Formats: sequence, C-alpha cells, structure tokens
Amino acid sequence: MREASRDRLKAFLTLLPSIILIGVFVYGFIGNTIWISMTDWGGDGALALEPEMEFVGLANYSDLFTGFLSSGFRQDLVNAVYYSVMLLAGAIGLGMFIAILLDQKPKGEDLLRTIFLYPMSLSFIVSGTIWRWLLAPQGGVNVLPTYVGLPPLTFQWTSSTKAVLEFNWQNLLQIFLYIAAFALIIIGLWVLKTRPHRAVKLWLGPGVVIGLFAWLGGSLLPQALFMEETHGFNLATLGIIMATVWQYAGYTMALYLAGFNGISQDLRDAAMLDGASTTAYYRHIAIPMLKPITISAVIILSHISLKMFDIIFAMTGPDNAQTGHPALSMYMTTFRANDFARGAAIAIVLFMVAAMFIVPYVVSQYRQRTRG
Amino acid sequence: MKMSLAKLFLVLAVALMLTVPQVSMAKELNGDLEIFSWWAGDEGPALQALIKQYKDQNPNVNVIDATVTGGSGVNAKAVLKTRMLGNEPPDSFQVHSGQELIGTWVKADRMEDLTFLFKEQGWMDSFPAGLIKLIGTDKGIWSVPVTIHRSNVMWYIPANLKKWGVTAPKTWADFLKIAPKLQKEGIVPLAMAENWTVNHLWESVALASLGADKWDALWAGKLRFDSPEVVKAWELFGKILKYTNKDASSLSWQQATDMMIDGKAAFNIMGDWAAGYMSTTKKMAPGKDFGWATSPDTGGEFMFLSDSFGLPKGAPNRDNAIAWLKVLGSKKGSDTFNPLKGSISPRTDSDLSKYNAYLQSASADFGKDRVVGSLAHGVAANETFMGGFSQIMEMFLKTHNAKAVSMACQQLADKSKIGK
Repeated sequence: MREASRDRLKAFLTLLPSIILIGVFVYGFIGNTIWISMTDWGGDGALALEPEMEFVGLANYSDLFTGFLSSGFRQDLVNAVYYSVMLLAGAIGLGMFIAILLDQKPKGEDLLRTIFLYPMSLSFIVSGTIWRWLLAPQGGVNVLPTYVGLPPLTFQWTSSTKAVLEFNWQNLLQIFLYIAAFALIIIGLWVLKTRPHRAVKLWLGPGVVIGLFAWLGGSLLPQALFMEETHGFNLATLGIIMATVWQYAGYTMALYLAGFNGISQDLRDAAMLDGASTTAYYRHIAIPMLKPITISAVIILSHISLKMFDIIFAMTGPDNAQTGHPALSMYMTTFRANDFARGAAIAIVLFMVAAMFIVPYVVSQYRQRTRG
Repeated sequence: MKMSLAKLFLVLAVALMLTVPQVSMAKELNGDLEIFSWWAGDEGPALQALIKQYKDQNPNVNVIDATVTGGSGVNAKAVLKTRMLGNEPPDSFQVHSGQELIGTWVKADRMEDLTFLFKEQGWMDSFPAGLIKLIGTDKGIWSVPVTIHRSNVMWYIPANLKKWGVTAPKTWADFLKIAPKLQKEGIVPLAMAENWTVNHLWESVALASLGADKWDALWAGKLRFDSPEVVKAWELFGKILKYTNKDASSLSWQQATDMMIDGKAAFNIMGDWAAGYMSTTKKMAPGKDFGWATSPDTGGEFMFLSDSFGLPKGAPNRDNAIAWLKVLGSKKGSDTFNPLKGSISPRTDSDLSKYNAYLQSASADFGKDRVVGSLAHGVAANETFMGGFSQIMEMFLKTHNAKAVSMACQQLADKSKIGK
C-alpha cells in the first residue's frame, strides 16, 4: 500500500512540470484570449505600452454574428464549414480508395505508397504556390485540353464569383432550430433500438416539435440582420479544396493501409472461404473494423481544415471574400486593423468550433475505457 | 520616479546633442543598427545603396538588414507589431507616412518627435510645407520621408491605342464611352488585380467624383460617407468595374500591368511603381514604349503616398538610428535611393538629371499640383479604417450595393474615429 502511494507521488511529481507548463502556456493563454475577446482593446492607442481596455462582455461576439460590418467574417465562417465537409469527404474517400487498391498488393506497392504519401511532406505554402500556378486562369490546368486539340477551359478556379447552396443569414435562428431538430431526431433514431420509450420522450418528440415550429413559424422568428445577406458554397474554393485533398489523401491512405495490414489474413481467408467477394469483404468486414481509424482521421482532418491558413494565403491572398477563412480574417483583424479584441473573439469562435469536433470524441473514448 | 529620471536623462542627452553637434558628429559611432523594412525583391538594390552610403560614413557600425517580404508590408507590419508589443523595437523601421504611422504608433505614444532633427538639418526648408503637415501633428514631426509615389496614374501602350483607334480618356465619361467598343473587340478596357489594387482604383475614382476639397473633407470628418456625393462615387465605381477583367482576384499587380503590356487590356490604373516595373524589369522606354496620364478627372491633383522611417522610443542604438535618418533625409541619400526605387524625392532641391522621363514629369507635377493623401497606402486613414475598408470592398464586389457600402463605411469611420 505504501509502495503504491509512493509510486503515485513519484508519478505526480514527474508530471508536475508538464502540468504547470501546459497550464500556463496553453490554458493560461486561452484564458487570456477569452478575457481579451470580452474587452474593447483596439483602435487608436491599441499598441501603447499600457493600452486602455474596458470590459464589454459579449459585444464582440454579437457584433461578429449580427453586426453590419461583419458580413466578411460570416462569409468566412460559412466557407470554413463547406471546406471542412468537402475536405473530409475528399481526403477520406480518396485515401480509402487508394488504400484498398494498394491492399491488393500490386507490383511496386512500396514505390506507389511513397509516391502517394510524398505530397504530405511539402509545406502548405509550397504546395499552395504550385497550385496557384496550376490553376491560374490562363495557364496550367486550363490549357491542358489544347494539347489534344480541344479549346482551353475557362473555369476560374480560384476567382470565380459564383456560389451554390446559398442561404440567407437573416434566418439564422431558423437555421439553428433546423440543425437542432435534425440532431435530436438522429440521436433519437440511434437510441430507438435500445430504449424506445426514452428515445421518443427525450429525443424524437422534441426534435419533431422544434422542426415543425421552425418550418411553420419560421417567419415569426426575429431576424438576425436588417437586410438580406446570402452566403453559400463559393466555387472559387474548389481549387483550394482540390489542393488540400491532393495533399492529405496520402495521409489517410497511410492510416488505412496500416489498418488493413493489421487485419489478420486468417479473417480474410475465412471470409473468402464463405464466399464473400472482395467488395463485400471491404464493405462488411475491413472498413467497419477500421472505425477507430476513420474517427481519428475525421478529427485530425477537421482540425486541419479549421486551421487552414497558409495554403489559402499562398493561393488567393489575404483579402478575397470568395475564398476567405476565419483563420485569415483573425490574423488580418488583429495585425492589420489593430483590432485585438475582435481578433481574439474570432479565435475563440474557431476554438469553439474545433471543440465541437473533439469533445464528443474524447467523451466517447473515455466512456469506452471505463466500461471496458 | 525611475521613469521620470530616465526621461530627464533623455532630455539632457538630447539637449547635449543639440548644443554640441560638432562633438557628436566627430564621435565615431559603433555597435549595431537594425533597419526594419519590407524592401526586398525589386526594391532591395535601392536599400542596399543607402546602406552602403551609411557604411561609408560609419564604418564601425554593424548594419542588420531586417527585411520581411510581402506587398505593401502586410507581413512586415505584423512582425513589427509583435516585436513592439514585446517591447523589443528595432532601431528604425519603415512605415507609410501619414495616418498609418500617426494613428498606430504616435497615438500609442511609441515614437520620438523628430522636430529637432528637421531643425538641425535644415529640412524644414528642403521638404515642402504641405508634406511636413501631413507627416506631423501639433505635437511634432514623426518620420523622415524617403520616397514620394503617385497613386492616380493611368498607364497605356501608345502603339496599342493607335491600333485600336482610341486615345487615353480625360474623364470617366469618356472612358465609359470607349470601353464598350474595346470590350466588343475582346480587349479588357481596364486591367485590375487582387483586392488592394481595387482599393487603389477606388481612391482614384472617388477623388475624380468628389474633387480634392471634398476628398480632404471626407478624411477630416467633415463629409459623411453616407452622403449622396459619396454614394455617387460608389455608383460610378460600380459602372467602371463592369469593364475590368473577371479573374482580377487571382492576379498580382504586375500581372495586371502585363495584361496591358501584352495588349490584352487597354488601360491600367496603378501607382508609379508600375513605371519602375516597366522601365527596369521590362526594359521599356518611358514616353515611347509606354505612356501615362493622370487617371480620369483628376488632372491637376497629385494623390501621393510615401515611405518613411521613424525612430521608436527605446530604440537600442539611438545614435546610430539618428545617423541613419540623417542619411535618408539628405539630398545625396534621397537622390541615390529614388532613381533606383522608381520614385521621386520628397526634397524640393533634388537633382532631376538623375531621374528618367516619367519621374521628371511626376516631379514637376508634385511641385505644382494639389497634393492629396492616398487611402490605399496609408496617408488618409488609420489602420483600423484601412483593414475594415478592404472587407467592405469585398462586400461591394459581391453585392454592388452603393448605398449599403456607404453606410458601412460611415459605421467604420465612426468606429475608427476618422477626423477626431
């Protein structure tokens, strides 16, 4: 018993320096940023040795989401959501596809694996510059068809002003209600099998009610803005998404390939013996077994997509509403417009969005651990 | 108590320097001098020439050339801010003269007043009085201007215009008349590039639409941004935008100028660094291979911007920095730097024979035209306004709603305390 508590003490003392350092340099600074985001630090004397700051509560946040001047930020936020979804779908889909092909052990598998993984080793700023050149309006990809005698493409990869899937930010509240209803119903359907009573009472019922209310009473809800403001998926971001998928598909490929190799050959042989086709093997056995890998790839890639900065900076520059991203506007607001409080608020919004991805993951992992 | 003692010593030191300039001149300077700028690339050689001149005078000083690349100093300014907030200023740093310096660093009480240097060197007479007013406040003069650039210039290729049968428009009405014709022939009437060049075009159009007096009134807070005159300027700007290239946001300013050189576009409105690009990089002869005119409706007006260097409080090598500022403001320094950089000297007594044909004409105009400050390049408004304006411009490019952006500008002006 004594031995054990001494061991615990030792472990605690060994961990203490890193606890203190992380406490100060990670959580301390996050706390400081939250504090700054609730002040009015900015403008005239912002860079004085002792700048004047006043506490203004959540004013910066409400300004970001409903202020007349912040439509740029809102566009960036919408862009970021579309980026994340497209990057996840693209990188995971493509990575898995390549991994399945390589799992068939073609000739020169090692060489191919290296080739596909190689883009990962480039820095974003380098690949961004390469892609900027490739997607230039009068060069690169657009002139490829002329080599086979076709007219050149005219698509403006990084400067198109068209947008699809547009919605009106005025109806922010309604959109939030729809999302909430959707989430409730999904959880309800998931719980339905195990505890049907609870599912209907706690999840499905409220979900349907909220959804109906948002649908029928949407026009009664207060509007977030006094004028119409539409945001959507800008086609100009396609170029950036392509470049990022190109760079990260190799990474997910490596993850999946390691997973596929870890599945025992016996299992595969048994499945084949039972008459499973290759497609059925991957669909019903291999891919479901790699669920932990998929989850961690989703977490990592969504974080990367939220931190996206250098590749956009290299490809389309700092002021470009079509391809803007909150990380860029945070930098510009802070260091160009000297608006430190607003920059901090943008940082916290991004931090919250990232937390939305990682917290459920950590919680579910923790639960599994204690149950097991 | 400690602070005031330090200040007292500083005052004493300054007084000592003023009373015995002979002694301080004779003293050999040594140690380091860190010069912080964004002059890399095409502008690098001009800076090197200045540093060489400084080294000749002060051979024992070790010059540290801290250059951070990036157009208009976007990156350099961010690095500078983190350094200043960390209380680690360089000895002297580059900054656009005017409100960009005053609204950021002077308001924050981080700069030293340079009036003493202007008086000691006789610069009060060698710089134009109007310029000194724009780089100073009632509390002092805050930087030593090194260059003068003109922002409202329209560039064209005379041979191309002749081929297409058009002349450089004197007014925007003229431009709007010839533009559809050019467009029909597949020529972009006005070449434009990424966001900041759109701001650059806007200031020329707004100056044309408002006139110099109202332009000044706008920045003095005497004319509101949501007034009908400004809305009209935005409407005119919207009409002109129809005749620009659609892929603008993915081009650099050089690529937009290239479009004009290659005959894909007829005109380009850009600052006169475009002349430096065409004459130095493209080896074109000014006046023959390329031509210029003041941008439409702004004849007799000179919209200027200027690079300058200041002296931050607490500079580690103050004496070396002051010697550097003396080189920058001197006639010799100015005439060494500017012909290489492709700008004109802010001094009234510069040696014009060292400059090319374009720069000579710009210099003549600077002497007689009405001088107004540029928005896109930091003279007219502080950084809070400039940062927000770039976002408002994106809003306009998307919606083309002149009234809404005018209202947004007024909100931004209130927030950034324009004219107060």
